[in-house]
Amino acid sequence: MSEQMKQMQNGRAQSSEQAARTAGKMPNQPMGQKKPFLKRYGAFFLLLIAGVVTGLVLPDLGKIALNNTIDSFKEMLSVLPPIFILLGLLDVWVDRATMIKYTGKGSGFKGVLIAFLLGSAAAGPLYAAFPFAAVMIKKGTSLTNLLIFIGAWSTTKIPMLAFEAASMGPVFTLVRLGLSLVGIPLIAWVTDRVIGQAGREEIIALNEAQEAK
Amino acid sequence: MFTYILYALAIVGLAVSFFKDRKKTKAALMKAWKAFENILPQLLTVFLILAFALAIFKPETIQTLLGSESGVLGILGAALIGSVTLMPGFVAFPLAAALLKSGAGYMQLAAFVSTLMMVGIITIPVEKKTFGMKATIARNASAFVFSLVVAVVMGVALG
Repeated sequence: MSEQMKQMQNGRAQSSEQAARTAGKMPNQPMGQKKPFLKRYGAFFLLLIAGVVTGLVLPDLGKIALNNTIDSFKEMLSVLPPIFILLGLLDVWVDRATMIKYTGKGSGFKGVLIAFLLGSAAAGPLYAAFPFAAVMIKKGTSLTNLLIFIGAWSTTKIPMLAFEAASMGPVFTLVRLGLSLVGIPLIAWVTDRVIGQAGREEIIALNEAQEAK
Repeated sequence: MFTYILYALAIVGLAVSFFKDRKKTKAALMKAWKAFENILPQLLTVFLILAFALAIFKPETIQTLLGSESGVLGILGAALIGSVTLMPGFVAFPLAAALLKSGAGYMQLAAFVSTLMMVGIITIPVEKKTFGMKATIARNASAFVFSLVVAVVMGVALG
C-alpha cells in the first residue's frame, strides 16, 4: 500500500516521462497519449476506498462484492494474456503502409478485403481510427474502403473477436461476425450514397485543409 | 477449451515471430503490455462497480430491465446506452458476460455491444474532423439501425 501511495505521489513526474515515451513509440495512435497516473487510476482508488468502507459497514454485501471481483479477475487473467500477445503480433507484423496503397479507387474487391484486414488487425478504440483514416484519405483510399476500414476497426478486430468468444460464447460471436461481414460494407455503401460526389470531394478538401494548417 | 486454442495460437505466433525477427517480437510484446496497461484502470474500475452493482441489484431487477422479457424497450434502451457510452471491448465483454449470467437477454446485450462498438455519439466531434458532419451522421445512423438488426437476429439464433 505504501508503495502505491508513493507511486501516486510521484504520478505526475513519472507519467510525463511515460507520455513522451508513448508518443515516440506509437506513431499509429496519435490519440493514445497517456494521462497522469493519478488521473488514470484515481477513479479506481476512490472506488476501492469506498468499497472497503462499504464492506466494513455491510460485511454481507462486501463479501458478495469481493467474490464477484475475484471471479471476474480470474476469468480475465486466464484469457487476456494470449489475446494481448496476438494483438501485439498483429500490430507489429501487418505492414500498413504497403497495404494502404491497394485501397484506392477502382481497387475493387481486393481493396475491400484489404480495408477489412487493415481494420481487423488494428489495436485501440474507434476514436483512434479517425486520425489514421485521415492519413488514408491523403494516400488516396476510396471513401467506401475507408468506411469499411472504420467498420472493421470498430467491430471485427481479431483479438477482440477472440475475447468476445471467450466472454459471450462462440454462437454469439459468430452471429455478430457473420452479420458484420455483410453489415459493414452495407453501412459504407449507404453512407457513400447519402453524401454523394459533392460530399466525397468535400471530405477530401476537409482533410487537405487540415493538413495545411 | 477456447482459451487453450488462444494460448496455442499465441505461443505458435510468438515462436514464428521470434525465429523471423527477435526485435519485432520484442516490440510486439511491449505493445501487448502497453495495450493491456492502457485499459487496466478502466477495467479495474468497471470490475469494482460491477461487483457492487451485482451485489446490490437482484438478478430479478436486471432481468426486468434487460432480460428477454424486457422486449423492444429493453433492446432500445440497451442500444441507446451503448451509443452514448465509451468503453473498450476488453471492458465491455466482461460486463456483458456478467449481465448475461445475472439474467440479461442475448438480444439486449447484442444491441448494447453492437452500438457500443459502432455508434459513437460522444466521439462525433473527432469523427467529424475526418469525415465531415453529413457522412458522420449517416454512418452512425446506419450503424444504429444495423445494431438493431443484429439484436433481432441474435434473438432468432439464441432465443
